Amino acid sequence: MALLNIRNLSVDFATGGGSFRAVDGVDVTVEAGEVLAIVGESGSGKSVSMLAAMGLLPWTATVTADELTFDGKDLRNLSPSARRKVIGRDVAMIFQEPMSSLNPCFTVGFQIREALAQHLNLDRAARKKRALELMEMVGIPAPEKRLNAFPHQLSGGMNQRVMIAMAIACGPKLLIADEPTTALDVTIQAQILDLLTGLQRDAGMGLILITHDMGVVAETAHRVAVQYAGWKVEDQPVKDLFQTPHHPYTAALLAALPERATERRLPTIPGVVPGQFDRPQGCLFSPRCAFADDRCRSTLPPVQPPELGRARCHYPLMAPATEEAQ
Amino acid sequence: MTQPVVTARNLSRHYESGGGMFSQRQVVRALSEASFSIDPGKTLAVVGESGCGKSTLARLITLIEEPTAGEFTICGTPGVPENWDSLRSQVQIVFQDPYGSLNLRHRVGSIIEEPLKIKRPDMPAAERASKAREMMEMVGLRPEHYDRFPHMFSGGQRQRIAIARALILEPKLLVLDEPVSALDLSIQSQVLNLLLDLQERMELAYLFISHDLSVVRHVADDVVVMYLGRPVERGSKEAVFGAPRHPYTVALLSATPSADPTRHRNRIKLEGELPSPLDIPAGCPFAPRCWKAQDRCRTERPELGDAAHAAACFYPEGTETA
Ligand SMILES: Nc1ncnc2c1ncn2[C@@H]1O[C@H](COP(=O)(O)OP(=O)(O)OP(=O)(O)O)[C@@H](O)[C@H]1O
Ligand SMILES: Nc1ncnc2c1ncn2[C@@H]1O[C@H](COP(=O)(O)OP(=O)(O)O)[C@@H](O)[C@H]1O
Ligand code: SF4
Ligand SMILES: [Mg+2]
Ligand SMILES: [Mg+2]
Repeated sequence: MALLNIRNLSVDFATGGGSFRAVDGVDVTVEAGEVLAIVGESGSGKSVSMLAAMGLLPWTATVTADELTFDGKDLRNLSPSARRKVIGRDVAMIFQEPMSSLNPCFTVGFQIREALAQHLNLDRAARKKRALELMEMVGIPAPEKRLNAFPHQLSGGMNQRVMIAMAIACGPKLLIADEPTTALDVTIQAQILDLLTGLQRDAGMGLILITHDMGVVAETAHRVAVQYAGWKVEDQPVKDLFQTPHHPYTAALLAALPERATERRLPTIPGVVPGQFDRPQGCLFSPRCAFADDRCRSTLPPVQPPELGRARCHYPLMAPATEEAQ
Repeated sequence: MTQPVVTARNLSRHYESGGGMFSQRQVVRALSEASFSIDPGKTLAVVGESGCGKSTLARLITLIEEPTAGEFTICGTPGVPENWDSLRSQVQIVFQDPYGSLNLRHRVGSIIEEPLKIKRPDMPAAERASKAREMMEMVGLRPEHYDRFPHMFSGGQRQRIAIARALILEPKLLVLDEPVSALDLSIQSQVLNLLLDLQERMELAYLFISHDLSVVRHVADDVVVMYLGRPVERGSKEAVFGAPRHPYTVALLSATPSADPTRHRNRIKLEGELPSPLDIPAGCPFAPRCWKAQDRCRTERPELGDAAHAAACFYPEGTETA
């Protein structure tokens, strides 16, 4: 049984200009001990799909799903209090901007102890001891001293470690990390990714890593889901995805990477991601797709079988991307 | 020999902060002793982590701020304040944030024409407009965009507007401060191609600032690696990426994730974090995080020197066996 199982998740936002579909029929599964990367350009619905699954979206959002289970429990009809028991303890989330999730008015030690008090039955002394342990686990030097620091007194990398310490405080079974290193320098990013994957491995935790960085995906994920304009367009084990992308969007994205360039001119994807008011009929990628025909422009593409990367495409690619580019 | 578009010699910019009644006066060494030159049609990339002085260097070269020490020339003319007025049309800048850097209340046409209005007030309006349209075509904007407002444009298109505006005075040097960092991958390659096209067509020199090494590897001719306000390595792209000599460069390259899941990597783990620029270590600034540091590194500062491929290190990589 998968740890997290989502079938046909859609999210509509009520906006001034009418209803806007931010996530459209997305499936997500994560097994215990698995690292799933969700990759896609900004606005493709990566954050919204995870927030929806956790029930963390504002009232303007309408969430529907055929199935939404965590560890066998149906999340759709949990009472708010039952949901809070699960979220924060068994599922934890960390966000891109540690400063916006930490409270500037309290010391980081206080905030970690609060996270512990909410979900675990520990006395004061035990909470204090556990907070110190957690600070050590996430590699914060001189943790006794740092427990008394306020977030603004710590660097971005240190604050992200504090966020991770809070997230793993209750030993979650699943950790969702939304762009956890995007605001950090590469040498610090490397430290944080090592920390996350190390914790994931040691605890056998499931990890969902949301990112737009193909390098981060290649180095940390076991499996990759690619999102485009609210659709999941492909889902494959990491090596297969980079070697044999089946969706034309994935292939084009990989070809546009400067590090894969074979010539000075990079392959490009013409046009831009569709917005609220110019969503095309048929395949959402069809205005930019090199393989699009009339069928693509009029009919919704099916989801292909796993051997074809679950590509949401009428004409999935079979050939390796490298041959494609030549 | 062609004359370099820009030469810089020991450029430094230090800021004094504090010094009130209760606080001690402190000096932020944002940039120290940067030397380089860029030929027409060439790209010098400046790389390094947040706060290492990249944007400070950009502000000096684009005549926004004066250096506190050192000197530089643009097209052979010293970049001293007396010459700023005449030099301003030779050097233009494009910033990272295509949202923040454009005046959202002006139409695209007038945004692009504005530098002309200021620098060539005598030019007839019709001529200005036709120049603006020419620029728009060159950067891949459509004629009907002339009368629109920037908020109607995507990030990539706004960056094209910023580039058109920067080029309208026909500068020799374009300073690009993280020009594609805010753009999605599929848009990033469009803008990079545009920059390469324009460079070829106009023999532009680029000072290309970026923290993304895969982008730098693609566009640069020469590279300067900065750490805590100082250039620590300088050389051709091939030399710096192919045979990095400064341990910091080696660490930076090894920390950069590669989009190849089959690559087996041996990452160098750097201990600790960037020290505060208020508190730059004596000796080599990298010594507290360097795995090769000896006593000498902690007391004496290694110089970068003038070699074609130079590293400010007493024990550079690749010399053990040489
Ligand atoms: N006006 C100023 N007064 C005081 N300190 C400054 C000033 N401008 C910059 N600094 C400091 O100088 C250092 C270099 O800053 P700079 O903006 O050049 O960094 P950068 O390399 O562009 O970083 P990033 O990658 O984050 O853009 C930083 O420590 C910064 O805080
Ligand atoms: N609270 C909200 N109200 C309306 N639209 C929203 C809201 N939150 C997100 N969106 C929109 O939903 C889409 C997906 O957003 P998001 O999941 O945050 O993208 P990303 O893939 O970058 O994480 C975007 O177009 C975004 O503007
Ligand atoms: S369905 Fe058609 S337009 Fe869409 S990705 Fe596949 S080939 Fe391209
Ligand atoms: Mg997001
Ligand atoms: Mg900067």
